[in-house]
Amino acid sequence: MSAETWYALFGRIDAKAFPFVRAWNNPTVSEFIGAFAGALVVVGAVALLSLMTWMRWWRPLFRDWLTSLDHKKIGIMYIVLAGVMLSRALVEAVLMRAQQSLAVNAPGIVAPEHFAQLFSTHGTIMIFFMAMPFLTGLFNYVVPLQIGARDVAFPLLNSISLMLTAGGAGLVMVSLAIGEFSTGGWSGYPPFTETAFQPGVGPDYWIWAITLSSLGTTLSGLNFAATIYKKRCPGLHLMRMPLFSWTALCTSILMIFAMPPLTLATAMLALDRYLGFHFFTNELGGNVMNYVNLFWLFGHPEVYILILPAFGVYSEVISAFSSKELYGYTSLVVATMVIGVLSFTVWLHHFFTMGQSADVNAAFGIATMTIAVPTGVKIYDWIWTMFRGEVRFTAPMLFSLAFIMTFVLGGLTGILLAIPPIDYMVHNTVFLVAHFHNMLIPGLLYGMIAGYMYWFPKAFGFRLSERWGKIAFACWLTGFYLAFMPLYVLGLAGMTRRSQALFEPDFRPWLLTAIVGALLLFGGLVSLFVQLWVSVRDREQNRVPIGDPWDARSLEWSIPAPPPEYNFALIPQVDRLDAFYWLKEREQAYTPAGPYSDIAMPKNSWVGPIVGLTATACAFGLVWHIWWMTILGFVALWAAVIARSFVRDTHRTIPAAEVAADDRRWREAAGATEGVPRQLEVTPANRGLAKIFPSEVTA
Amino acid sequence: MSSPQLRHVGLNLVGADALEPGEAETDLYGFWIFLMSDAVLFALLFAIYGTQLAATANAPGPEAEFKLGSAFVETLILLTSSLTFGLAAIAMKYDHTRKGLVVLLCVTLALGLGFLALEVQDFATMFAHGATPDRSGFLSAFFALVPTHGLHVTAGCIWIVVMLAQIAAFGLDARVKLNLLKLGLFWHLLDIVWIAIFSVVYLQGTLG
Repeated sequence: MSAETWYALFGRIDAKAFPFVRAWNNPTVSEFIGAFAGALVVVGAVALLSLMTWMRWWRPLFRDWLTSLDHKKIGIMYIVLAGVMLSRALVEAVLMRAQQSLAVNAPGIVAPEHFAQLFSTHGTIMIFFMAMPFLTGLFNYVVPLQIGARDVAFPLLNSISLMLTAGGAGLVMVSLAIGEFSTGGWSGYPPFTETAFQPGVGPDYWIWAITLSSLGTTLSGLNFAATIYKKRCPGLHLMRMPLFSWTALCTSILMIFAMPPLTLATAMLALDRYLGFHFFTNELGGNVMNYVNLFWLFGHPEVYILILPAFGVYSEVISAFSSKELYGYTSLVVATMVIGVLSFTVWLHHFFTMGQSADVNAAFGIATMTIAVPTGVKIYDWIWTMFRGEVRFTAPMLFSLAFIMTFVLGGLTGILLAIPPIDYMVHNTVFLVAHFHNMLIPGLLYGMIAGYMYWFPKAFGFRLSERWGKIAFACWLTGFYLAFMPLYVLGLAGMTRRSQALFEPDFRPWLLTAIVGALLLFGGLVSLFVQLWVSVRDREQNRVPIGDPWDARSLEWSIPAPPPEYNFALIPQVDRLDAFYWLKEREQAYTPAGPYSDIAMPKNSWVGPIVGLTATACAFGLVWHIWWMTILGFVALWAAVIARSFVRDTHRTIPAAEVAADDRRWREAAGATEGVPRQLEVTPANRGLAKIFPSEVTA
Repeated sequence: MSSPQLRHVGLNLVGADALEPGEAETDLYGFWIFLMSDAVLFALLFAIYGTQLAATANAPGPEAEFKLGSAFVETLILLTSSLTFGLAAIAMKYDHTRKGLVVLLCVTLALGLGFLALEVQDFATMFAHGATPDRSGFLSAFFALVPTHGLHVTAGCIWIVVMLAQIAAFGLDARVKLNLLKLGLFWHLLDIVWIAIFSVVYLQGTLG
């Protein structure tokens, strides 16, 4: 085959694109690790496909999951995606810690180029393909249930968002087996990511993976803003909405405004790389500060996109496991929205050292510190919620308590970094790495895990193992402190971030402590999987079919677990905050109801998977300069969307008789079930019906 | 329901009772949010253009390359297309024969294509002078901002064609009407963005 034909068909792909060939040509430990990771992707994919075929799971997979427009299933798929990507990025973190603890005056096991790919994929995955899918998954599952809706505003768009995000994650995975990833970090700063310094495919993989994810996220934000504004059940005024839905609303607004700068930044970098534009190059009028400003104009609101949903989870968890109304509901709502607004006023603190005047730095430093005020309000509100409550130390509650302590600590180092002169001292050291992990692990990951454990019984109808939940908690907590407190010390001692090799023997004890922490964090991940395994195995004795295992307060607990496809047999009417709890106190939560009517639900659609697949093909073609694939993917994508606009038969009707039968059966079961007192909620006595304490009836 | 109450900005639909209550409202609301996100994108492109004005790097600059006359004709064409789209929306509501709507949509499409033809011609002239985006930061910013608007107009033209096909296939059912309302919002936004481009890029470049 001539070189031209090859290029037309396969673009830039050659033998060296495959890590196996690279390992064969250059047999070093670093290359073997790369080849092993690539082999894991290939073998994993083949094994998965074979298993699917062997078990005849293809049809159910597509029928029940991939083409489904049910927000609950889309939510679960988002969280599965987050779990897979978390596993990869956490293994990468352990590898990086191993490298740094071995590479004190020694080469270690990972070559510099390889190390740079590791920290780039670790950051990219953790932000865009772990955190974002996790929180979007929780929104998907919980928000429509909390606001008494039967689905999101745009169910098909929801499926498209999921598939675009999954496509981006797929690209990052494929880069392990074909080609390489960017070495420019998760923020991809040019000019280092320009063709002059990285002519290969690495930055292109980064650009298109991020682009797919940011488009998906913009559409999710749009969808959830429209859902929360327009689909609330009668009587559910904004100020009666549970706090998790409030944070979802604020996050959606942030997504709508903050994602366009990222989309634009990556698009402009792509124009530089593909068509020779001069936005961020070193010559001919390129200006890298434009990129830095655009990126952090997205990047700082992104921090709150990540953290606010966790704040929402903590508000729900702390209130439920303290059996108290959330203290200072209004102040929590106001604090959330204030954080949302302030998040757009501080982006410059990510680059204090890049040459603006001291006055500008001072203004942004002060703006940064003001964010501590609404955040502090929230912390006090949570503490007051627990005060004199009936606090139960379940696993989600433990994560919430650990968050309060640890997050405050991270906030304090954030105040330090917000002071420009101090920032000059520790900028680009591992002090910063310690700080943002200190914000994001408690401020995001603990929250997501707590939310997963808290709502799991609602989604699947049985509780997770409490014992393994606590083991996981112990690992995540101790692991965090051991892995990141040493980095504060090292950062103050001047250790720069992203270092592949180190030359200061005094760093070694701290680095060894940090690797122990990283291994404990890995143990935390494994414990989560064990917990899932054990809980699925023992599911029969932990079933909570009535649907309210934690004696909680908001509407999602007022329906069976797992909920029917249409969520609510009868759309609830709400006249106060925590309306479900109020009904429970008056023993009216499970009384006979009616009349029932037919329910129209969206039919399954192939458009989501097709859009995801064609967009990914388009992106893969762009990465490797396989132009036919790019054009084909692009045209097929829009053809599918336009064809869909001609489909009129998009809903199917669930007859009222079926709805009525299911709902009556559930209400009868509730009547026949014995309520569980709170002290016994983590025992098999819990069938999802809370024992009512009439003494608590107020007024 | 003879005259449903629709709480959304824009022309109220007659015969929207085929939709679920609130569906039209939610649909249009979602589309407004999308337009807002798109507007953020254009705002940033304008900001980038502003920072790159001086970065001409000895390549052709605004004075040499921008033709106010051609940009003015383009402005007139695009504004007229907005007028014809507005008339099309009124025809959709009051003219039950559909003929007026189809004719006005075709006129809008023709004006859109005419605008694009003139714009491409402008770009071709610039390319012939060597004013290509790989010459300078300024030209990069110009060729990011103005063609992004052009791409939006192209997408709008394709959308008009799709809507003509939908009118042929379904007549004026509630969904077609909603889609036409959304297309109208999109088309008018492009007009607003173009007025900003005309002022910031062409007027400033030739007179400022």
